[in-house]
Amino acid sequence: MKQAYFIRRLIMFFVVVVLAATLNFIIPRLAPGDPIGAVLEELRARGASTGGDAEDEIVAAYRARFGLDQPIYIQYFRFLFNTLRFDLGHSISYYPQKVEAALLRSLPWTVGLLAISTVMSFAAGSFFGAMMAWPRAPGFMRRFVPMFMVLSAVPYYLLGLILVYIFAFVMRLLPLGGAYSSGTVPEMDLDFLLDVVKHGVLPALSIVLTSVGFWALGMRGVMVTVLGEDYLTLAEAKGLPDRRIFFAYAMRNALLPQVTSLAIALGTVASGSVLVEVVFNYPGIGWLLYNALRSSDYYMVQGVTFFLVLTVAVSVLIVDMIYPLLDPRIER
Amino acid sequence: MSQDIALQVNNLRVSYKTGDQDVKAVDDVSFKLYAGERLGIVGESGSGKTTLALALMRLHKPPAYIMGGEAILDGSDILALEREEIRQTRWSKLSLIPQGSMNSLNPVIKIKYQMADAIEAHERGWSRSESMKHIAHLLGRVGLPESVAEMYPHELSGGMKQRVCIALAIILEPSVIIADEPTSALDVVVQRVVMQTLNDVQAQLNAAMIIIGHDMGLMAQSADRLAVMYAGKMVEVSPISSFFKDPQHPYSKLLISSLPSPEEKRELAGIPGSQPSLLDLPSGCAFHPRCPVAVDHCKQVIPELRDISGDRRAACHLVEEQAS
Ligand SMILES: Nc1ncnc2c1ncn2[C@@H]1O[C@H](COP(=O)(O)OP(=O)(O)OP(=O)(O)O)[C@@H](O)[C@H]1O
Ligand code: SF4
Ligand SMILES: [Mg+2]
Repeated sequence: MKQAYFIRRLIMFFVVVVLAATLNFIIPRLAPGDPIGAVLEELRARGASTGGDAEDEIVAAYRARFGLDQPIYIQYFRFLFNTLRFDLGHSISYYPQKVEAALLRSLPWTVGLLAISTVMSFAAGSFFGAMMAWPRAPGFMRRFVPMFMVLSAVPYYLLGLILVYIFAFVMRLLPLGGAYSSGTVPEMDLDFLLDVVKHGVLPALSIVLTSVGFWALGMRGVMVTVLGEDYLTLAEAKGLPDRRIFFAYAMRNALLPQVTSLAIALGTVASGSVLVEVVFNYPGIGWLLYNALRSSDYYMVQGVTFFLVLTVAVSVLIVDMIYPLLDPRIER
Repeated sequence: MSQDIALQVNNLRVSYKTGDQDVKAVDDVSFKLYAGERLGIVGESGSGKTTLALALMRLHKPPAYIMGGEAILDGSDILALEREEIRQTRWSKLSLIPQGSMNSLNPVIKIKYQMADAIEAHERGWSRSESMKHIAHLLGRVGLPESVAEMYPHELSGGMKQRVCIALAIILEPSVIIADEPTSALDVVVQRVVMQTLNDVQAQLNAAMIIIGHDMGLMAQSADRLAVMYAGKMVEVSPISSFFKDPQHPYSKLLISSLPSPEEKRELAGIPGSQPSLLDLPSGCAFHPRCPVAVDHCKQVIPELRDISGDRRAACHLVEEQAS
């Protein structure tokens, strides 16, 4: 029973990845012209090309080099094979750097900043939300509701800008941007770690503050429903201590739909990172994508896009794998 | 039947405060529950049975409020207990088999831990293994295999869940069990068997039990005495045999005559007219618009629930006091 579930999830995962790779293959080819033609256009515009036979030869050579002279299905399978090996080609702007190398260099920053702040925000928000719905919680808990509503309506890059202005520009307590001070060499020592944390505070704060309301309000809604369930009445009838009812009977059940949202939120962390990383000059995936777009680094954009789909698929897969541990009903 | 009183309810009133009006769902209800007896409570849907049951355990939620009265259990008034005292009283002295037992078990916790929870909350000083042994024993007593302890609620049938709730209700050997329509979600055959199980464990424990329901057939099978509720009030309380032989209140008479035969089971039905809205109760006796023998006096004066013989009570102007 359980095995079948896991195998189904794994198959789904591979289907999603192959589909993403396929789209990545098709979409650029739907555009008129081809990459070589585009390069030539640019050369002509700069007056660097003369046209004629020599040019035709160059074009043919390039087409052969990039495999564009092969039948389309050969091109497709070669692309698919390379993508699944995580061979995403070369960056155009930083040739001959490989796309996957750039991605792997940016990944730790994005994961470190965004994944950690998302999980923190999830944990704090869910707890607050549960308390806001709990009838025997301290009264001031309910006063958080309007505050969370306002905060979750503020876009995080805007809050980010405000925070930077106050804490970095006016008060000069924290750095304006970047992931570490320029001039320091990334090393695993205490000074460097402290430096990284200092640089991470403002971006993390802007993410946590603007997303904690989303988790809190969502949790509050589910919690209200769960509190009306018959098994809560029975838990109370049994004379259980409040703490036990709150955590094991109410919150435990109300968390289930939240966890599904967490999968999606974690998956979109990387794509959602673009604005935060741009505002804070943070060298993660979002920053990479932003620069690739600005310099029309075709293969880099393609690689990052594929990678973003991959992160969504991976985090959904992870949550799918732990979900049965949280909800015993799922195997049916 | 011993005449020790397990629970005495005096003038209990519970209202739902909706808008600016009070819905008097339980209106001046008084009764005694004797140790070891089974008291059936019947009444149409909305007559206040569940409200009464929940209020007795102090499990009523806003907009429901207790407006007055007392419920004496073991020498103290449940309705006046502090939060921590009521928590300790629940389950150790007074347990509940809730209406809607189908959803009364936590879907994400194994049965044995849901049962162990009740033990741990009341500090019986049992070791883990003692608790687990006790739980396995109880499951056996209600006719379930021991393996149920390791299961989650969704792996059980409706009848099995109901049995789990019964086992759970007797886990601390309370002196009073309140069963709110304990079998209404089950099919007819299972109903009888589960009811029998409930009666058996109650008898072994010598606990007093309140059984709430619609089904006169099941009541005849189980209850020692029967109380009839109508629009938030108790209108008759009688031993089960005299109730079926010679119902006193006109509403009880209609209930009995709508039964095809004493042996056949059937839901309450076939009484002309419908229950009045609690928001707009008829003046005087709330039953008068449907009562076949109502007189003018009934429209003005609310009849009290009074003794009509040694062991019977009724709330009707026309019921004569009898020498018992
Ligand atoms: N949350 C509520 N708000 C307002 N009124 C309520 C609420 N719950 C119940 N009532 C009212 O209280 C009355 C009694 O309800 P209760 O659930 O006690 O009836 P019952 O006898 O248990 O019915 P059933 O046989 O359907 O279980 C109903 O008439 C209903 O109108
Ligand atoms: S008091 Fe009057 S209306 Fe009410 S039940 Fe008796 S006879 Fe009928
Ligand atoms: Mg009810």
